[in-house]
Amino acid sequence: MSSQDIPEETLPSAQGAHEGAVATAGDPFADPGLPPHEHRIQDIDEQAARRSERVVAMLFTLSMLATVGFIASYVTLPVDKNIYVFPIGHISALNFALGLTLGVALFCIGAGAVHWARTLMSDVEVADDRHPIEASPEVKAKVMDDFRQGAEESGLGRRKLIRNTMFGALALLPLSAVVLFRDLGPLPGTKLRKTAWSEGKMLINQNTMQPLRPEDVQVGSLTFAMPEGMKEEDHDFQQEIAKAALMIVRLRPENIKDKRSLDWSADGIVAYSKICTHVGCPISLYEQQTHHVLCPCHQSTFDLSDGGRVIFGPAGHALPQLRIKVNDKGYLEAMGDFSEPVGPAFWERG
Amino acid sequence: MKKLSARRRHPLAAVVVLLFALAVTGGLYAAFAPADTAKADDSAQSLAIEEGKKLYSVGCASCHGTGGQGTSDGPSLIGVGAAAVDFQVATGRMPLQQQGAQAPRKKVIYSQAEIDQLGAYIASLGAGPAVPSKSQYSPDGADIAKGGELFRTNCAQCHNFTGKGGALSNGKYAPTLEGVKPKHIYEAMQTGPQNMPSFPDTTMSEKNKKDIIAYLGEVNSDKTKSPGGLELGGLGPVSEGLFAWIFGLGALVAVAIWVAARTAKAKKS
Amino acid sequence: MSTASASDNRRKAPAGERVADWADGRLGIYSLAKANMRKIFPDHWSFMLGEVCLYSFVIIILTGVYLTMFFHPSMNEVVYHGSYTPLQGVQMSEAFRSTLNISFDVRGGLLIRQIHHWAALIFLAGMFVHMMRVFFTGAFRKPREVNWLFGFLLFVLGMFTGFTGYSLPDDLLSGTGVRFMEGAILSVPIVGTYISMFLFGGEFPGSDFVPRFFSIHVLLLPGIMLGLLVAHLILVFYHKHTQFPGPGKKNENVVGMPLLPVYMAKAGGFFFLVFGVIAAIAAIATINPIWAMGPYRPDQVSTGAQPDWYMGFAEGLIRVMPGWEINVWGHTFVLGVFIPLVIFPLVLGAIAVYPFIESWVTGDKREHHLLDRPRNAPTRTAFGAAWIAAYFVMLVGGGNDLWATHFHLSINAITWFVRVGFFVVPVLTFIATKRICLGLQRRDKDKVLHGRETGIIKRLPHGEFIEVHEPLSQDQLHTLTSHEQPKPLELEPEVDENGVARKASATQRLRVKLSKGYYGEGNQIPKPTVQEYEEITSGHGHH
Repeated sequence: MSSQDIPEETLPSAQGAHEGAVATAGDPFADPGLPPHEHRIQDIDEQAARRSERVVAMLFTLSMLATVGFIASYVTLPVDKNIYVFPIGHISALNFALGLTLGVALFCIGAGAVHWARTLMSDVEVADDRHPIEASPEVKAKVMDDFRQGAEESGLGRRKLIRNTMFGALALLPLSAVVLFRDLGPLPGTKLRKTAWSEGKMLINQNTMQPLRPEDVQVGSLTFAMPEGMKEEDHDFQQEIAKAALMIVRLRPENIKDKRSLDWSADGIVAYSKICTHVGCPISLYEQQTHHVLCPCHQSTFDLSDGGRVIFGPAGHALPQLRIKVNDKGYLEAMGDFSEPVGPAFWERG
Repeated sequence: MKKLSARRRHPLAAVVVLLFALAVTGGLYAAFAPADTAKADDSAQSLAIEEGKKLYSVGCASCHGTGGQGTSDGPSLIGVGAAAVDFQVATGRMPLQQQGAQAPRKKVIYSQAEIDQLGAYIASLGAGPAVPSKSQYSPDGADIAKGGELFRTNCAQCHNFTGKGGALSNGKYAPTLEGVKPKHIYEAMQTGPQNMPSFPDTTMSEKNKKDIIAYLGEVNSDKTKSPGGLELGGLGPVSEGLFAWIFGLGALVAVAIWVAARTAKAKKS
Repeated sequence: MSTASASDNRRKAPAGERVADWADGRLGIYSLAKANMRKIFPDHWSFMLGEVCLYSFVIIILTGVYLTMFFHPSMNEVVYHGSYTPLQGVQMSEAFRSTLNISFDVRGGLLIRQIHHWAALIFLAGMFVHMMRVFFTGAFRKPREVNWLFGFLLFVLGMFTGFTGYSLPDDLLSGTGVRFMEGAILSVPIVGTYISMFLFGGEFPGSDFVPRFFSIHVLLLPGIMLGLLVAHLILVFYHKHTQFPGPGKKNENVVGMPLLPVYMAKAGGFFFLVFGVIAAIAAIATINPIWAMGPYRPDQVSTGAQPDWYMGFAEGLIRVMPGWEINVWGHTFVLGVFIPLVIFPLVLGAIAVYPFIESWVTGDKREHHLLDRPRNAPTRTAFGAAWIAAYFVMLVGGGNDLWATHFHLSINAITWFVRVGFFVVPVLTFIATKRICLGLQRRDKDKVLHGRETGIIKRLPHGEFIEVHEPLSQDQLHTLTSHEQPKPLELEPEVDENGVARKASATQRLRVKLSKGYYGEGNQIPKPTVQEYEEITSGHGHH
């Protein structure tokens, strides 16, 4: 029931003083009570009310049309049709049409309902009393009595044996659920310490899938390699590449500051793990002039000319280097697995 | 801007630029100006080198040394090849405006003919990669999907999934690849400008490079499809989050204010 | 009573009423409706922020159910031969392929996917803002502390539901996020490697995490959230909504409009408005274009690898932490990762336990249904602002690479700024906010005592110019003076009435000290008294 049904003559009387005015002459800050209700245009002007009604009806009609448009777009537009819409770009016609018609269909229902509520439903503010949430002392006393009686009758307090064994049983039971989760995965073992690299495995260039020769790698170039014999189709490819991915750069031997790093290189070619020692992103933002590599995830920066030392960021230890040599046939090959675990540090790493 | 870069990428754009340059510098160099005419006769070649040397001593020698040997202000150019010159000068990176973390892309001040002369001179100082021919960098017939894989392995770590660029250490950055000509992309991979590592043919074949250029043409050009709507810079969740806060929540708060606001009262005066 | 009236009505009751009668006989709906049908809700736009969250949650559920019909939560490796050319012939997981199919081959699939993801971002943003509204107005005070905790849990669970959700397509970006999660788990002392192996069914990435995340994302977490949400709403109904102070608005009443019909229409309509806005956004702006990112491979990555915004805070912590690592007795303490992992829940927890700390400090155990204006609780407001400052500093840290490229800054400089800023900015914000609050309190006091500045300049007969101040109405006077200004707690005398010395405990002394920080001198501007007001108004009328 909306307020225009209220007889006109009853309206002004509501506009008198504040409801329940408590203002005393002595206190200018006292609560004057709820302000009187003022009428909206729609409350006193039937014409305005009818206008509002028409707006609401128009919005609901618009929604219906939009729904029809939604279905029409779904049926007529091919899923792969692209259109250019300024300034959005080359977009899917279907997505755009469906989204907009659905948006309009929904929005107009909402706008209609809200406009109806705002202009035609009563806007008289009403005060409702709150009741304290806490129970009265009598209720509380009764509850406590009931509880005490119940506890008494159960004998839980008296029969300690029952109580203790029950708690024991309940505490033990969840263990079976815990045990059930054991087969979620294998135990760590030495899995995080080993990679697919081993002695004599050639370094395969990931772009060309050919074994790398030292003369292929130039100073300032960047190449990614994986161990010989690994294929993308292998069922464990993802797990293995997550540890074995390798980054190959060539430095002038006089630029290699770290003695061990120099020993482990072949003709100035150093092979470092591509997996960041922070949390395992494939680090490879190689700056060829500074010989720094940066991790795109958390910006740990390593110096490849200085044994992969951390020079900035949250990584805790140097990038592991793979010891390589040139074999008899003139290809680069690993002289063994990494000497330390690759990737993020963990408790057992030591 | 979009229109301009589209025209610049047009296959004929290079020719138009070239013709314009020729008209300016006079018909004399017409015979040896195009990059493809590597087999131009010796006298024409030496003329180009001569002209390049003049340009070099005016525009480049103060930093790179009178003979390209390099100084404390600029690296040696011996052995960098014509491709490096073409990339650096034709994208406006050189000559450098001021020393900084990195030379930015800016307005090109040399004509293509002059750039070719400079390239000829630098190439004469020591052998290096030559300017690639159109058949080398043209994406025609390349494998886009393979290019995508290569891009994600070799390039995306610095330049982002679709080549929108990204940050490097200490103010350096990998620039966006939007609107970069295939030729310059090829040269950049070939020569490794500034801090970018190079990807020489020995480790990344010509075919690989073509694939990468083709992939970029598909995912980072003004014809690139973004079926879902506004790309929001193609930068991932940060711009999406900003959009959700400003336009999503912003619109909903505006709607909420309308829903809760008092309806206009009739003023009885 | 019911039997009598029911038999009266049996002959001619309309169909609707008969259905209602039937239901009442079994469910007791009339008693329920009696209490709730005309329930009063106060009107304020900020009270609708919670509705934004509720509705986006509903939208997420609806669209999510649709998506499950097409999504294959499997990590089997397949080769793509669908309609998106740049990925033709590329090896990927079935999860990724089915997401591509949803985006390119299912009509409307892309729209639903985008609505789902946009609604998720807005859901979390809505919860954040809703939580801040409740915080700054003091709506968390008794009796609503439990509901505050429910809301907080919804926020935290929402974050993890979001994380598991965007990991499902198994694209290069989300896979990088999961890799980060694995690294973070590995950093946990003693059990880290075991948890990692159990979560991923072996080594990362394995072939289990998508199906496992799927059931967590569609079943476990939303189930818990649905329960919490229902409880949250029941408590809102039960407590009745809070309201801002004003004429006629008291702690013992609630002023507003009834659920039926006004709120039924407004709140019901608002659902459609929210849905409509989100659908339009999904039509206009793309979100998480996984086809551009490509399938996940642990040896590939893109720069600008960030999580969705609600995890940006954690990302910031992990990015700016120095790389501390200690090796002792053959074991590694990965502090550089583990400390952020611990700080993350601590910072979130700080806001969660705040209501209990405040009520302990102030000793206030009364029910509060009238909201505080943030300026009238300067210490609380300052604490909240400081918390937000810390949160946003970390968001900046989480996006440091994009800040660097877009504002031409050095990434190292930003990282250092965030490292220092995490400690300094909240303190500065605390001080500044408190001063602003006190300034606003002073202004309120001036307004009460001297009236509103009208901007009208008047020249007096003797030549003096004055600005006319218009006295406030009683409504305004009441609104500006109705807030409480409690006195700080005092330590009990060191010597009791019998002359026996007693020492105040350390916690007691801390409590008194904190209480002074809330209500002591300089922490609130004494509100104008009636005497002050009358002295001034009875005088010359202007000052």
